[in-house]
This record gives sequence, C-alpha cells and structure tokens, in this order.
Amino acid sequence: MSTAQVTGAGLDEGTDTGAEAEVVVADSKVGEVSQTQLMYRRFKQSKLAIVSLIVLGLLYLSALLAPFLSPNDPVQVDQAYKYAEPSSLTWSSGPAMCTVKQEIDPVNISTTYVKDCSNPIPLQFFGHGFDYKVLGLIPTDRHLIVAPEGDAKLLLFGADGQGRDIFSRTLYGGRVSLTIGLIGVAIATILGSVMGTWSGYAGGKTDTLIQRFIEVIMSIPTLPLWATMAAVLSPDMSVTKRYFLMTLILALVAWAGLARQVRGKVMSYAKSDYVSAAKSAGAKSPRIIVTHLLPNSASHIVAVSMLAIPAAIIAETTLSFLGIGMVEPAISWGVLLKDAQRIDVLQQYPWVLLPAVFVIVAVASFQLLGDGVRDAVDPYS
Amino acid sequence: MVIWILRRLGYMVITLFLVSLLTFFIIELAPGSAVDSEISRLRAMGSTVSTQQVEALEEQYGVNDPWIVKYGKWAGGLVRGDFGMSFAYRQPVADVIWSRFGLSVALALGATIVAWGIAIPVGVYSATHRYTLADNIITLIQFIGVAIPEFLLALAVLVGAVQFGGIDVGGLFSNEYRNAPWSMDKLLDMLAHLWMPLLVISVASTAWLTRVMRANLFDVLGQQYVQTARAKGVPERKVIWKHAVRNALHPLVMTLGTTLSVIIGGEAVVSIIFNLPTTGQALLQTLIVKDTYVAATLLVMLSALLIIGNLVGDLLLMWIDPRARVLD
Repeated sequence: MSTAQVTGAGLDEGTDTGAEAEVVVADSKVGEVSQTQLMYRRFKQSKLAIVSLIVLGLLYLSALLAPFLSPNDPVQVDQAYKYAEPSSLTWSSGPAMCTVKQEIDPVNISTTYVKDCSNPIPLQFFGHGFDYKVLGLIPTDRHLIVAPEGDAKLLLFGADGQGRDIFSRTLYGGRVSLTIGLIGVAIATILGSVMGTWSGYAGGKTDTLIQRFIEVIMSIPTLPLWATMAAVLSPDMSVTKRYFLMTLILALVAWAGLARQVRGKVMSYAKSDYVSAAKSAGAKSPRIIVTHLLPNSASHIVAVSMLAIPAAIIAETTLSFLGIGMVEPAISWGVLLKDAQRIDVLQQYPWVLLPAVFVIVAVASFQLLGDGVRDAVDPYS
Repeated sequence: MVIWILRRLGYMVITLFLVSLLTFFIIELAPGSAVDSEISRLRAMGSTVSTQQVEALEEQYGVNDPWIVKYGKWAGGLVRGDFGMSFAYRQPVADVIWSRFGLSVALALGATIVAWGIAIPVGVYSATHRYTLADNIITLIQFIGVAIPEFLLALAVLVGAVQFGGIDVGGLFSNEYRNAPWSMDKLLDMLAHLWMPLLVISVASTAWLTRVMRANLFDVLGQQYVQTARAKGVPERKVIWKHAVRNALHPLVMTLGTTLSVIIGGEAVVSIIFNLPTTGQALLQTLIVKDTYVAATLLVMLSALLIIGNLVGDLLLMWIDPRARVLD
C-alpha cells in the first residue's frame, strides 16, 4: 500500500520512474519542507525571540561558569566590607579600581567608606582567587577578573550586610533561580501531558474525575497555594533537598493548567478523520496516542510550557523573598532580594536591588521567547 | 436561569469542600505540629513548659487524633464560623478574618476594574494601530509589566514615594486616623493609602490583558462580517466599538478566573510590602510563622473568593454573549 502511494506522488510530478522522481524531489522546494523546518523559518523571523534566546544563553552560561566569572567567594563573610558600595572602576594602563577604606565612627558605630582614586589598583585578568572546580571536575583558582590578592576586593555590585560580594552571589543565584523554574515546568509538562492525554482520550468518567481534580487545584489562587506548600517544608532541611522539593512544588501546581490545554488539543485530534481511519485499521489506543495524538500536540505543548516558565521563575523569587522558598545558606535571586526587604536598607544601599535586574531580564526573555515559539508553531496566527 | 445558578452554587460548595480537604492534606504534611512550634516559641521566650502542659496542649488541639478527626474538627469549626485561635495574632481567627476579607474583596474588585478599564481601550488602540510607534511602546511597557515581579514593583514604588514624595504610604491609615472614628477625612486618608498598592496589584494583569485584547481584536477585525460592516458604510468608530470589540471581549471575560488568581496572589505579596491588613497578607504571615491551621482557613477563604469570581465571570459571559446562555 505505502509504496504505491509514494510512486503515486511521483506521478503527480509528471515523471515515470522512482529514480527520476527522487531527482525532482531534490530540486523542488515546494511541498518538501518538513513542519519542523517551517516552524524554524517562522521562528527566525521573530527578531525579539532570537535576541531573547541569545540573552538566555548568556545567562545560563554565566550560571554555569559562575565560579570562573566571580571575583570573590560568594559565601565569604567580611566585616571590612559591610554594605560596601560598588567599586569605582578607572583606567591606569589597564582597567583598575579605586581603593576604598572603611572608617568606623566610634560614637554612633556607623561605617563609612572613603574612596581614593589617586592610587588605583590594577585589575588582573585570569588572576588567582578562591579555589573551585571547573564544571565540578578540574580544580583551579583562576578567575576572569580579580583584584590582586590581599589588597582589595573587586565588588562590581557592592556588598551586602555581611560584606559578601553581590555580583558573585547573583551569578551563583542564577544557578538556582534559572533552573528551578525550568525543571519545575519540565516535570509539570510531563505530568500535564500524561494526564491531559489520558483525560482527553479516555473521556467519560475518567475525564470527569481528572477534570474535577484540575478544577479543584485551579480554584485555589496559584501563588498562595505555592506559598502554603512551600511553608510546609521543614526549615532545617539541606539545600539540595529543599531545591528538589521546591521544584516538585512548582510542578505539582503548574501541571493542572497544562493538562487542560493538552486535553483540549487531544480531544479535537481524537475526533479527526485520520484517527478514525487508524482505529478502523485496527490500531490500538497506545499506538494512536503515541503516533498520532502526541506528535500533533507536541508543538502546542512546548509553546504552552515555554510560557509557564516565567511564572515559575517569578514564583521561586517571590517565595524566597518572603523567606518560605529557598532560604539561606542557599543562594538564589529571591534570597538575595530578601536583603532589599527593609526600606531603610534599600534607601541607604540601593545596590542590594541589583539582582532584580537579572530576574527581570530572565523573565522578559522567557516571555519573548515563549511568544516567538507560540507564533512559530501556530500556523493560523 | 435560577436553576442554573442554584446548580452552580451547589458545585461551588462541593468544590470548596474538596479545596478544604486538599488544603488540610497539604498542611498536615508538615513535620511537627502547630503545638510544637508554640511550645518552642514559649521556651524561646524563657518560660518553662512542663510535660503535663505539653500533653494538655496536645489534648486541647487533638494533635494525636487521626487525620480525618482533625479535619472534621477544623472543617466543622469552619462551617460554624468558629475558626479557632491564632497563635500568631493572639486573638480568635474570626476577628482577624472578617475585616481583612472585606479589604481583600475590595482590592481584588478594584484591581480587576482597573485592569479591564486600562486594558480594553489600550488594547483596542494597539490593535487598530499595529506596528506604529505608539503600539511598539505599549508592547514594550507590557513586556516589562509582565516581567517585573510584584514585590519588586511594590518595593520600588514604596521607596520612590518615601524618597521623592516624602510620604509614608505603608499601612491602611495615617497615624492620626488609626484609632479615630469613621469620618470623611478618614475615608479619604484610607483611599490615599490604597491607590498605590491597587495600581501595583493591577499592573501585571493590565499588561497581560492588554496583550490578550490586542490579539483578540486583531483576529476579529480580520473577519468577514467586519469587512461587510465597513463595506456597507458603517462609520469606522462604530465598526470597531460596536461590531468588533464586543466579540473580542469574551476571551477577556472567560479568563477572569486566571486574572483573579493572579490578582489575589499579587494582592497578598503587595499587602505584605505595603503592610495592608488583607487576607492574603495574613495568609503569608501565618505561613512565615508556621501558624498552619489559620493559614489553611485563610487559603480556603481566598479560594472562595476565586470561586465566586469565576461564577460572576460566567454570569458576565452569559450577559455579553448570547451563545453562552443556551448551554444549560
């Protein structure tokens, strides 16, 4: 049957033999582009989505190479740099920074920093700093840019209340904040696809039951539900355990909306002629689901999931900011922004808010990328 | 119609029951109990707690009861309006809840109205002036609006108000009105404190709904009946507002549930930063101090708000779209 169809297609091109038909196929650009290629072409047209993809790539790279890019150890507490402002950069036969001296007023115990740019400290590229392992394998202490040892600390974003380098902490924070939402949504996508397909394909009582359950989850406001689940976690569990449980919590709520979308798609495809044809040809349900329904819904699922990532990132940041998501000693963007909670701190040391720029850039990029992907997979927009 | 509403109310009660069950299940997963944290709090304050006292407390709160008994006690109280005592607030939960619930409803309603009030005209303008400078600026603002977490925006607004306006915007009232009886001045003072958080809460939804409106209206404007209306000489204003917008509106109404969910979540976070006494703020605060039973009650109340909002949304949809009326 199938071979007959192929030669049939060749005959339409006005050729006699299969070999010649292949030549025509190679030359012809019409009707020979796969759906994936079409989507890719369409995606490329969206400049904003491409830019977002590049920005996200850089963000993830910076998280991966955080130790190399960090001038200072992110967890090193240093009373000499309590709330130190960002280092002023100058030029002295190469990039350099001004020296900063801490002065403590003994009367009202306030610290001030005196800046001196007359004798700048040259910065070293690939200089020595704290020890780490490249990608967790090769031990080294080289960093992209550091201040020479002993003299000073290069604080690009200033320091927090315990004298820790905010720039290094922001890079390390990306490791948690950028992955927690991504993995959470990935789990939610799998769960949502399975439940959505099951619900939409099975129909009847199963469908009603699953839909009722989804309705219950969606009847609880999302952020308060996340907060409640996160607050249940024991405050003294390890960072890794908390990380995985937070991922799971994000997924356990986010799947509901995805499952609804998948169910809708599956139901509309399940009624289509080709599924009826497959059924009448004797195909079993698993085969219909795996070869007909899932590939057709796949692009839609990806698009919907992409748009769920920004919400998950914002959720992690917000919960950590409130102190019920990730907590110290973990480093995430939300944990860093917790320092910005007090208005007086924020007014005096506005640089504690700098990690927010990373949050906004990451979320906006995911949003734009998600939009680009959705437009690319939807032929009717 | 009446039967339909009654049936929906019935569903509502069932959904709320299931919500309470799920909520209770989640908080029961917590290690330790509310009594444990209360005891450790008492100990931290320096008072000695004897074993008898621990047992008495555990007895009083039924710590060792089976799950379903605990749920029964909690839910039974919920139905009777007896919400128990709050460890965090040192007063009956019922006192904490009702005044807060009013403010929460007001803020949710206000934020929804603000979001729609801005999103519809701006979305219409954007869709009818696609790819002009103004449209691009609107799109840019939308993306920033969606991308900024609410707590950051609230912080920025708060700092800005203190820094440049020299005004203290936290709380619901200024100091001089806090214990004063209700008067016109007190009301004005409250509104002066409320408009900023209200705007912050509605920013994300406004931005998102503007995008939805723009996309919807653009789709509708491409349909043939719009072309027909134009062809027969209907003025452009009328074509857009009477023919097109009406049909572009109902996805907005249909997503009221999502919008409201976002607004309720935003309201909780923004209230924490602006120090407003709302249900959401109480929920997050009780969660932070692990006052879990009260948190569960508050979560059920917020869900009730969302469920009622969904019902209103469906009624609204039936009002603007005759097709929705024939369903039942």
